[in-house]
Amino acid sequence: MWKKSFTFATAAVVILFLLGGLCLAASPKTGGTLVFGRGGDSAGLDPAFETDGNSFMICDNVFDQLVLYADESTEIVPGLATDWEVSPDGLAYTFHLRKGVTFHDGTEFNADAVVFSLGRMMKNKNVKFFKKEWDFPEDQPSAEYWLSMEMDDMLGSIEAVDNHTVVFKLNRVEAPFIANMGMDFAAMVSPTAVLKHGKNFRANPVGTGPFKFVEWIKDDRITLEANPDYWGGRPPLDRVMFRSIPDNSVRFLELKTGNIDICQFPNPEDIELAENDPNLNLVRQAGMNIGYLSFNHTKELWQDKRIRQAFAHAINRESIVDNIYYGLGTVAKNTIPPNMWGYNDDIEPYAYDPDKAKALLKEARFHEKLKAAGQEKITLWSMPVARPYNPNGMKVGEAMQANLKDVGVDAELVTFEWGTYLKKQRTQPEEMDLFQLGWTGDNGDPDNFLAVLLDGMADPNVRTQWKNEEYHDIILKAKQALEKEERIRLYRKAQELIHEEVPLVNIAHSLVVWPMKQRVMNFKLHPTASIRMHNVWLK
Amino acid sequence: MKKFVLHRVLSLIPTLLGISLLVFLMIQLIPGDPAEMMLGERASESALAELRERLGLDQPIYVQYGRFMGRLLQGDLGRALRTNEKITTEIFERFPATVELSLAAILIATALGMFAGIISATRQYSIFDYVSMVVSLIGVSMPIFWLGLVLMIIFSVNLGLVPLSGRLSYNIELEVVTNLYVLDSIITHNWAAFKDAVWHLILPAFTLSTIPMATISRITRSSMLEVLRQDYIRTARAKGLSLWVVHYKHALKNAMIPIITVVGLQFGILLGGAILTETIFAWPGIGLWILNGVYARDFNAVQGGTMFIATVFVTINLVVDILYAWVNPRIKVN
Repeated sequence: MWKKSFTFATAAVVILFLLGGLCLAASPKTGGTLVFGRGGDSAGLDPAFETDGNSFMICDNVFDQLVLYADESTEIVPGLATDWEVSPDGLAYTFHLRKGVTFHDGTEFNADAVVFSLGRMMKNKNVKFFKKEWDFPEDQPSAEYWLSMEMDDMLGSIEAVDNHTVVFKLNRVEAPFIANMGMDFAAMVSPTAVLKHGKNFRANPVGTGPFKFVEWIKDDRITLEANPDYWGGRPPLDRVMFRSIPDNSVRFLELKTGNIDICQFPNPEDIELAENDPNLNLVRQAGMNIGYLSFNHTKELWQDKRIRQAFAHAINRESIVDNIYYGLGTVAKNTIPPNMWGYNDDIEPYAYDPDKAKALLKEARFHEKLKAAGQEKITLWSMPVARPYNPNGMKVGEAMQANLKDVGVDAELVTFEWGTYLKKQRTQPEEMDLFQLGWTGDNGDPDNFLAVLLDGMADPNVRTQWKNEEYHDIILKAKQALEKEERIRLYRKAQELIHEEVPLVNIAHSLVVWPMKQRVMNFKLHPTASIRMHNVWLK
Repeated sequence: MKKFVLHRVLSLIPTLLGISLLVFLMIQLIPGDPAEMMLGERASESALAELRERLGLDQPIYVQYGRFMGRLLQGDLGRALRTNEKITTEIFERFPATVELSLAAILIATALGMFAGIISATRQYSIFDYVSMVVSLIGVSMPIFWLGLVLMIIFSVNLGLVPLSGRLSYNIELEVVTNLYVLDSIITHNWAAFKDAVWHLILPAFTLSTIPMATISRITRSSMLEVLRQDYIRTARAKGLSLWVVHYKHALKNAMIPIITVVGLQFGILLGGAILTETIFAWPGIGLWILNGVYARDFNAVQGGTMFIATVFVTINLVVDILYAWVNPRIKVN
């Protein structure tokens, strides 16, 4: 009896605690200033023209797009558009806009503002305003992301149908279009502010986002304050300050001494210190990127898939991630990262198996083929610089060289200065056998990895220049499929094909780990690397 | 004197021309393709061609140099690629921070350096002399980033005496007039900001002062020693003047000439942007800005920034030369 009541009492206490915890978690405290320590200053704050993460992290909080990425994934959710329809032929997107939203300067957000925000980047300016309140500014810098996402080829026209409806007409069926509309460059800007400030809009951003721009002291800090009228609800924080502290060690010291709340990109060795510090928490996110090793597919030597499979077995990727990424990475089994929709988790990764590699090479008569090609050894190109997806290209190259030696393949490490490396690689020269490179995703759509990296039949700019008709067919179908389920099915199939054919050996996705103070609540790193403060609060 | 000044000013022209050529050639000497390097993995052929055109890299070298010089003569350093902002604007936004830091550093360096040098010279071969010369040797060879971090850990993290980095605390408001925060706080009678700005200045200025301080103390010592051995010093002593008067009135005045030169040159170097100190202390000056230009592969910014710094340096040199001639009238054009 006593035992029973004890159990009841315990259960009651546990339930009370849980409820208490839930209540606490559910009710963020309003107020306070969060100081975010970052490695550098923003270049500018007009989302149309920026290209760097330090600029986008401010834009992410000042501006909104028609569609947004979900909190912790790259799923598309409503933003300034409450809903949208796609025409049966897939060529027209009709967006219904959120009503009653105003920009921070009081300008009404409406269909004309959409036409203005995006039309200003458009080359042929094929747009129709509803009331035509604004003219486009002249003499603008080039909109790098608009161009690199091929928006001019993709988009036929933008038309405001009424005050709250906009229709985008596409030149070709392109399912990733909707994901592009969630990217930073597609943010809605206040037309009055753009016209008022001209070129200086980059230092005086006005959007509809959860925070308003207050002040920018160059190379020192940018201050934002809560937008009390935000359509998504007032953010709990009163202010957010983004401080530039270029040196990683000093930035971490600033966190340790309590002057900043979050420390971006600490040195790997400081992460361990942070882990053992009771005042700090760590926030983790797999980066939306891939570091890979690929083959010169224009050479006869690399046509046999058994040889490529052998290389996948020969390379010890776990050891590379442990020793060169310092654990700040995960071994990649697919080309797209695991936090992206369409990821095929059923793929069995190639195990590190030197014996199997040797057997496959023998079976495919690799050494005979090498000799026939007049070569004694192969070349392994490795980049001379650290990239977001690979902390040290040369060291990874050396590890691979040793792995290949173990299976009887002599590889010579080759590198050039970065600009030359990229330029030479593009031409797929005869003297290049293997090369390392990687990719950081833009819009969270699998097409942005699988087409950009591997569909050599579609585009001469594809770095791998792998030309496989079946693959090309799948990617094209996936681009044009309107149902997401169908696209997922096709991308899963594409990943199976990559796994079987090994046009590249997936090495690793880097992992982002940032320390922050215990008092910071609900801060999440997003797969697209955007920094959103809307729901963050301080204990 | 007039002739001397005119001669020195005119000699600036070939110097600056030479610098402009060097600065221009920098971008040409970089191996590989700057456009390719700037666009990275995502570059398509068309984007590359567009960027080369925008940078003028598709033109022959002499056309590029002609354009560069044409703009330069109008005082236009071009636009930074990263921000599309005028480079002159970017520089003038940041230069005051560097001036403030350099002034503080050179003040510390001159005061402490001269003090140590004079004492060493007047008490040659004493313990103080040995210690101060060893310390100054260490000062010259100490890596700034290491020293900066050590000072930070001792004085900011452990003792909590001074702030770690930055120019002003978040909670301090300051109306910016000249962008020299210490001066601005005095002008606006904002004593809270004054204290905060000086507090933020101490550590980076001290770190930055170590190398010039060491140089100044060594030059002061040797210059003083040389003067102290002169006949007129012995005469002054013989006619019964006190040591203090002899050292500080008679000897120091004549020993000052090389010291002025060194202080001027060191100040010129400091104004060139203390890249390491500014980086460690998150000091938003010109050195940090150029470094960011290098990281962002912003060739225009690096070119423009270097040109600006070189001009500042030769101008300071000119001023020092003129000052030198003024202090020592024996100096003539030849």
